[in-house]
Amino acid sequence: MTFNYAKFAARFNRGLLYAFMIALVGFTAMPIIYMVSTAFKPLDELFLYPPRFFVQKPTLRSFFDLLTATDSSIVPFSRYIFNSVFISVAIVALSLFVCSLGAYVLSKFKPPGAGFIFAVILSALMFAPQVTQIPTYLIVSKLGLVNTYWALILPKVAVAFNIFLMKQFFDQIPDALIEAAHIDGASEWKIFWRVIMAVSKPAWATLIIFTFIGNWNDYFSALVFTTSESMKTLPLAIQTLAGGPGVVARSGALAAGTFLVTLPPILIFLLFQKLIMNTMVHSGIKS
Amino acid sequence: MQSSVEVNSPLQLKSQKVSRFKLSQAGKKAALGYLFLSPFLILFIVFTVVPVVQSIYLSFTYYNMLQPAKWIGLSNYSVLFLEDDIFIKSLKNTFIFAVIAGPLSYCLSFLLAWVINTLRAKMLFSLAFYVPSITSGIALSVVWLYIFSGDRYGLLNNWMLSWGMISEPILWTTDPDTIMPVIIIVSLWMSMGTGFLVFLAGLQNVSPELYEAGSIDGISSRFQELWFITLPMMKPQLLFGAVNSIVAAFGVFDIAVAIAGMPSPNYAGHTIISHLFDYAFIRFELGYASSIAVFLFFVTFGLGRIVMKLLSSKDQ
Repeated sequence: MTFNYAKFAARFNRGLLYAFMIALVGFTAMPIIYMVSTAFKPLDELFLYPPRFFVQKPTLRSFFDLLTATDSSIVPFSRYIFNSVFISVAIVALSLFVCSLGAYVLSKFKPPGAGFIFAVILSALMFAPQVTQIPTYLIVSKLGLVNTYWALILPKVAVAFNIFLMKQFFDQIPDALIEAAHIDGASEWKIFWRVIMAVSKPAWATLIIFTFIGNWNDYFSALVFTTSESMKTLPLAIQTLAGGPGVVARSGALAAGTFLVTLPPILIFLLFQKLIMNTMVHSGIKS
Repeated sequence: MQSSVEVNSPLQLKSQKVSRFKLSQAGKKAALGYLFLSPFLILFIVFTVVPVVQSIYLSFTYYNMLQPAKWIGLSNYSVLFLEDDIFIKSLKNTFIFAVIAGPLSYCLSFLLAWVINTLRAKMLFSLAFYVPSITSGIALSVVWLYIFSGDRYGLLNNWMLSWGMISEPILWTTDPDTIMPVIIIVSLWMSMGTGFLVFLAGLQNVSPELYEAGSIDGISSRFQELWFITLPMMKPQLLFGAVNSIVAAFGVFDIAVAIAGMPSPNYAGHTIISHLFDYAFIRFELGYASSIAVFLFFVTFGLGRIVMKLLSSKDQ
């Protein structure tokens, strides 16, 4: 009898835990659900009182509004989409290449000074990137890069977090694997490209996702390094939409724009979630 | 087939070379290493190391980009701490934010990761909590401004009015008293990010045998398990998460701007970074702004060091 009771209590507790967690998920998902539902609302539902959480008659009108209404202003909205996609993809590709190559050296070559370089990288993890924004701006403007794609790409390539992540993963790769490749006569370049990168798919998947998401959502650098309308990225454009005149008239377009900005990071994460979990195990700081 | 033929002959050549030039081989390897490292090093030095050094230099000068920087010693710092009331206000706001949101988001991330790790459908739950952190704070401000809207149409006001909790709508994002709480709530919602994922992964990494051994040694409750086995095993991840949340807490800016605007009413949502941004890119007083940056740099760096000391896994 008592045994049964204990079993029942444990099961009940478990059920309670699930219920609580699901309720919590519902609560945290609310803003996102609201955002999605608003993006598909027709105009009359956008200004309903009392406001309705879910959309009644879903429509794509807001998306057309977004693409056409902003057409009459200086720059078509598609330009912001292109800017954001191009910049994020370029940063991801360059950062993956540069940081992996550097991490390979720090992890397996260990030339003199590697320890010091890694210590500097480790300490660079410890400050907000905004701290270096002013001199970075001065450097970018001295190089004549203000208002170019380079200004938004180059400063984001050599990221301490990325090289740290790759190095921690490379450290787990047994040296025997590299020695075997050496014996097979592969060049260092080939070893890096064909051996190291091939076995560290989870690591570079993680790097791709974090870098893409971070830069896709980055608002600060576009704000600082660009002055013309045509160089703005999506988050900045959305902010202009939200803050400019005629906000009420554009609130449908705004909701649609928000939806468009939020979608890619979620999709990318969904695609690579499994791979990330395998990498994050190695990313703790061991001192 | 062709490659296997090619591979054989260089191997023999190489082995001869190795015996003849042993020293230069090591030198060659180092040189190649530096060559591979150079793209990273160049960009890292140009865009991270040099800016930090230059920030420190500029903080001792008056510089407005038009005239050359003029050395003025410590006067930026004395103005900053003794005369600039708005900076003190932003300092207070940032510290309140950091002290509340930092530890809270850290503990919440860990607690949620710990609970999720015992559940089924781990992936689904972790996705649900992680997604808010990968959405753009700026873009979602539209949603927040609706939820916290100050009129009767705002979602929160609407609910609270209809439930009879309040009789007048609350001006959530314009009343200086409620701006900070709203910023903290929104940040907490978005904070189950990188740290949360690291914790989840770390928890999966603790081997089940340790728990079995623990139960033989007399560990009975889940909380004892957590305290004596899980936490010590996860020190590297805990450290990483702590450094991450310190940096994030002191770097609060875009959510504050998205919610309260800039400048915010009565500077209630003004943070250190807002102040830095204001002086650097609106007033172009770059020397003064640099002193703010340097101050922030030393605060986060110092806290990071302290956390590293506390959680260092050296004693293991």
